[in-house]
Amino acid sequence: MSSASLILAIAVLGVTGLGFFAARWGRADLENLEQWALGGRNFGTIVSWFLLGGDLYTAYTFIAVPALIYGIGALGFFAVPYAIIAYPVALIVLGRFWSVARRRGYVTSADFVRDRYGDRALEIAIALTGVVAAMPYIALQLVGMRAVFAQFGALGAFGSIPALTVAFLLVAAYTYTSGLRAPALIAFVKDVLIYVTVIAAIVVIPARLGGWANVFTVAEGALARRPHPSSVFLTPPQYFTYASMAFGNALSLFIYPHSITSVLAARSRGVIRRNAALLPIYSLLLGLLALLGYCAVAAGITSKDSTNIVPLLFARFFPDWFAGIAASAVVIGALVPAAIMCIGASNLFASNVFREFSSERPSIETRVAKTLTVAICAFALLFIFFVPVPYAIDFQLLGGALMLQIFPAFVLGLWTRWFHAKALLAGWACGLVTSCAMAWASGFTSNYTLHAFGGSLTGLIALYALAINLLVSAILTIALRAVRVGGGVDRTTAADFA
Amino acid sequence: MRRLWYALLVLPFVGTLVPPLYNHARPALFGLPFFYWYQLAWVPATAALLGIVVLLTRRPDDV
Repeated sequence: MSSASLILAIAVLGVTGLGFFAARWGRADLENLEQWALGGRNFGTIVSWFLLGGDLYTAYTFIAVPALIYGIGALGFFAVPYAIIAYPVALIVLGRFWSVARRRGYVTSADFVRDRYGDRALEIAIALTGVVAAMPYIALQLVGMRAVFAQFGALGAFGSIPALTVAFLLVAAYTYTSGLRAPALIAFVKDVLIYVTVIAAIVVIPARLGGWANVFTVAEGALARRPHPSSVFLTPPQYFTYASMAFGNALSLFIYPHSITSVLAARSRGVIRRNAALLPIYSLLLGLLALLGYCAVAAGITSKDSTNIVPLLFARFFPDWFAGIAASAVVIGALVPAAIMCIGASNLFASNVFREFSSERPSIETRVAKTLTVAICAFALLFIFFVPVPYAIDFQLLGGALMLQIFPAFVLGLWTRWFHAKALLAGWACGLVTSCAMAWASGFTSNYTLHAFGGSLTGLIALYALAINLLVSAILTIALRAVRVGGGVDRTTAADFA
Repeated sequence: MRRLWYALLVLPFVGTLVPPLYNHARPALFGLPFFYWYQLAWVPATAALLGIVVLLTRRPDDV
């Protein structure tokens, strides 16, 4: 057994122990949904910083962003403006959502929508969107883990199926037992390992390749000679694409169920506001890591599957024991968000589909949510075993477009009750259909090319669909009001949002 | 009036969502083309702006 695999084994077993130990943290009654799913809504600034960082910057992110740069050049760097402007959005939206959620006892975004619009169908629509968007995201965490396991003889055996199964059984078991406290505790380990790995990579790898100037010169030449040439700079037609990818993804980042779960676990509104200013530190890490994609090009690393680029780069430039640390960082980095995504999706199903939102929170909800966590882990495993990786990525991109379609009901709903519930439902449905049709027509990429007025504009599908969604919601609202169709009851008051 | 401070948050959007502003090689920094270090520099700049807005719009109950 190499020292790398030994370190990886110790790290995974260690955090599993932590995951089970987390059940004793705070001595809570874990039969209560707010205790199991939200850690008792009691996390302070530091715990929330690690938890949200561990949740939003997933192992898949750290593998996929450099892989994207490696594959398409400058356009892949959109992840950086995305990870910048997500935080002004977060400050404005989440502070307000946290307040009303605490006052009215919400555990999910759909809880708020039910309370605000009094419409059961809209509640189910919002909840199912979150569940559907979360599933391929969970599956992609397994892709990140598999890329690492593939580097190790024994773990990579049989397409990594045994190793992935064991890893996800462990996730399911400690998440079932400890709820959100498990990933919150493990996030400390994950984030420290990720910081150590990325900083080491940024210091060591470019220097070994003759410095950044050389990396960029070599990469520019190599990208230009490819069958599908790209560049380290954008072409003018890519300007709009780049901006729309950054903007659209930034709007949807915090409405994913796993983001909402971590946000609602915060002790106070101040914790969320402070974290909006502190979390960008992770974005700097992500940006520096993205540049490793060019290092891989410059180092002449090739792989059939570009998700292997980062593990291959680590294996080439790090000594064996440090490659073990880096591998642990990626694997644990997958376990944390996977657990939170399972909890977020289970909450939506238990609280808004299986039952209707009520602030009483009967214990049956917790039992359903806990059982579902295990079912979702099992489903994600099956998904990754039977669906080829490129399709899993397609589903995740489509999931992102679907996720943004709850924006009018959920985010705009935090400020206005002007929209009619049925109009929002129709807008949501049109947004869904548009997303699927555009994704289909563009061969499942995240962008769609509109041809109009003799020109063409390639932009993020999620945003085009959101435009249709808003248009339909607004027109139908005016129409329904004109014919005086009554809406549901709004149980929130202005004071709840303060 | 305190709410006006939130207008500062428009800056990162303008600074990062208009690629013609920064899609250049020069001036380079530590060998990184302008395109890359300029956008990376917006990360701490945005964090600082957010920090300022969070402090200046704080309420007594924000603990």
